Amino acid sequence: MAVAHRPRLGVFKFASCDGCQLTLLDCEDELLAVAGAVEIAEFHEATSAALEGPYDVALVEGSVTTEDDAQRIREIRAQSRTLVTIGACATAGGIQALRNFGDVEEFRRVVYARPEYIHALGTSTPIKDHVPVDVELRGCPIDKQQLLEVISALLGRRAPNLPTESVCIECKRRGNVCVLVAHGTPCLGPVTQTGCGAICPAFHRGCYGCFGPQDTPNASSLAGKLGELGMAPSAVVRVFRTFNALAPAFREAADAAMKEGATP
Amino acid sequence: MTERTISVNYLARVEGEGALRVRIHDRSVEDVELRIFEPPRFFEAFLRGREYSEAPDITARICGICPVAYQMSSCHAMERALGMTVAGPIRELRRLLYCGEWIESHALHIYLLHAPDFLGYPDAIRLAADHPDAVKRGLELKKAGNALMRLLGGREIHPINVRVGGFYRCPTRDELAGTRPMVEGALRLAEETARFVAGFDFPDFEESYEFVSLGHPTEYPMNEGDIVSSRGLRIPQDRFEDAFEEVQVRHSNALQAVRKGGGSYLVGPMARYALNYERLSAGAKAMAKEVGLPPVVSNPYRSIVVRAIETIYACEEALRIIDEYRPPERPWVPPPALTGAKVGAAATEAPRGLLFHRYRLEPPGRIVEARIVAPTSQNQKRIEDDLRHLVSRSLDLDQQALTFACERAIRNHDPCISCATHFLNLELVRD
Repeated sequence: MAVAHRPRLGVFKFASCDGCQLTLLDCEDELLAVAGAVEIAEFHEATSAALEGPYDVALVEGSVTTEDDAQRIREIRAQSRTLVTIGACATAGGIQALRNFGDVEEFRRVVYARPEYIHALGTSTPIKDHVPVDVELRGCPIDKQQLLEVISALLGRRAPNLPTESVCIECKRRGNVCVLVAHGTPCLGPVTQTGCGAICPAFHRGCYGCFGPQDTPNASSLAGKLGELGMAPSAVVRVFRTFNALAPAFREAADAAMKEGATP
Repeated sequence: MTERTISVNYLARVEGEGALRVRIHDRSVEDVELRIFEPPRFFEAFLRGREYSEAPDITARICGICPVAYQMSSCHAMERALGMTVAGPIRELRRLLYCGEWIESHALHIYLLHAPDFLGYPDAIRLAADHPDAVKRGLELKKAGNALMRLLGGREIHPINVRVGGFYRCPTRDELAGTRPMVEGALRLAEETARFVAGFDFPDFEESYEFVSLGHPTEYPMNEGDIVSSRGLRIPQDRFEDAFEEVQVRHSNALQAVRKGGGSYLVGPMARYALNYERLSAGAKAMAKEVGLPPVVSNPYRSIVVRAIETIYACEEALRIIDEYRPPERPWVPPPALTGAKVGAAATEAPRGLLFHRYRLEPPGRIVEARIVAPTSQNQKRIEDDLRHLVSRSLDLDQQALTFACERAIRNHDPCISCATHFLNLELVRD
């Protein structure tokens, strides 16, 4: 009797906080079912058993910040049928991409006690700058339900259902009072992709954009509104340059605010 | 003459990227290197120029396993710089949030990372095939910790509800009371956990540790207290850098902390427990007695039992806070204006031990200098000492057995390598 083929799953880490791969272990109710449906071939955080590739699905966390990692992601890509980037580091370079910006000159003058011991690139870049990516899961961190949706979709050989609309849509659905309109609280919800559950407005604070830009963002218009609410151009730069600073729409909004004379 | 090398190129079941190399020459251990190759992310550099209010959200990203610890240490450090204190229900809610993180993180380590070593499995998934009840108990316990973090923090990884001065939104009394049955259930699971792990076989291995943790006169320490050690040190938190220093070593992207003029030391559950046993809750102490755990544990393999006792404590403390809770009038204490350049430093107890932050601020609220010392950087050298002693008395083991013994000895201390690499000693040289 033929043994059913269980898809081989690999979980790989680049520069990151481990939080997105932890999201898989945080699926307490589903973890054993997921582990039964796939063959976990590599997942260093969870197992000391590792199998050789190839992999049917590679979940990749983190950004590329060293020469070795730039090579390693190419090897993983070559071994993987479907490559899924998980989280803001993998999809947009993460917070460590702040080294890529206006501060770069200052960063270059930053010297270690023993710099010769350290091997790190001057940039942090998303995985898609290095290899083709099949599916992107946004967020800092990713959302558990979205992760399960991607895994189920790939197991069922269908396209995952990942909405690309704004946080505002989800916020309205949840019945939150709009913090921007009602309280004048700066909020990136209008330009940020949904997926988090609109938790920040539900806790009476503005969205800080950890899922990156939605599919049709008008970030410059929002930047103007943030200015009207009293945010200095330098604060507008910072709010767009945090967890998804390399995402094009956020990058452009920060650059535009820089032109208004902000000192980052 | 014989040369022998033990190497592990990628340590499993630890958070982050680390490796191990041990060099043995003529039956004597020449070198032990816990190599941390996790690339640096330069947090201390890019915190400069940000507002102090951004530090809790930014530093949380150092570690997905213990984000609350980073949020707590950064908030307390900023509040010291601003000359403010947070008391009453907000202080209690911070403690409750920390209880959630301790429960979640300890359950993760006990069941998913550590127990497989004692029972002979490569991971908890394969462990679950033979011991489904144990693994399900662990996941259920972990879920309760996460649920507390979600209620108070909005989500379990990188909570969004923490700010300097308190929270954005505090729960109602009913919302907190609604978690009581779940936390009571978690307490029972934690008790079963203590009995379960106390029954493991523990290798005969005792070390002489200098334990370092916070020490508070009336509480098992989380957010407050002096820095104390088992060799008589007692200093206020802001004098951390007088007593401890970090050195850079070639083989690691993380600095190693040592006692000034002394050697390695240990932070984390074993240290907290040894230095604060008397301030554990009644149920936690009773369980320690029941399972035969002495008030000072110096066998690192038994740290798994200490984590279970601390998990019982965290559940009992959570129940106390839930029962006594009255919502504050405002969810936060608005910070006063910063009147001049100020320095603020604070340490809190991350699940893995003491986490120190220091910031220098300039008006109106800009960070001009940041320093973060994570628990694993402090334990790194102490882990190498454990390995040196373990290897020198285990030379007769074959290569595979000795390699596995070394990996186990590292996992005893629940190292978080993601944390450890974010504090490279950056010196800013200006032209």
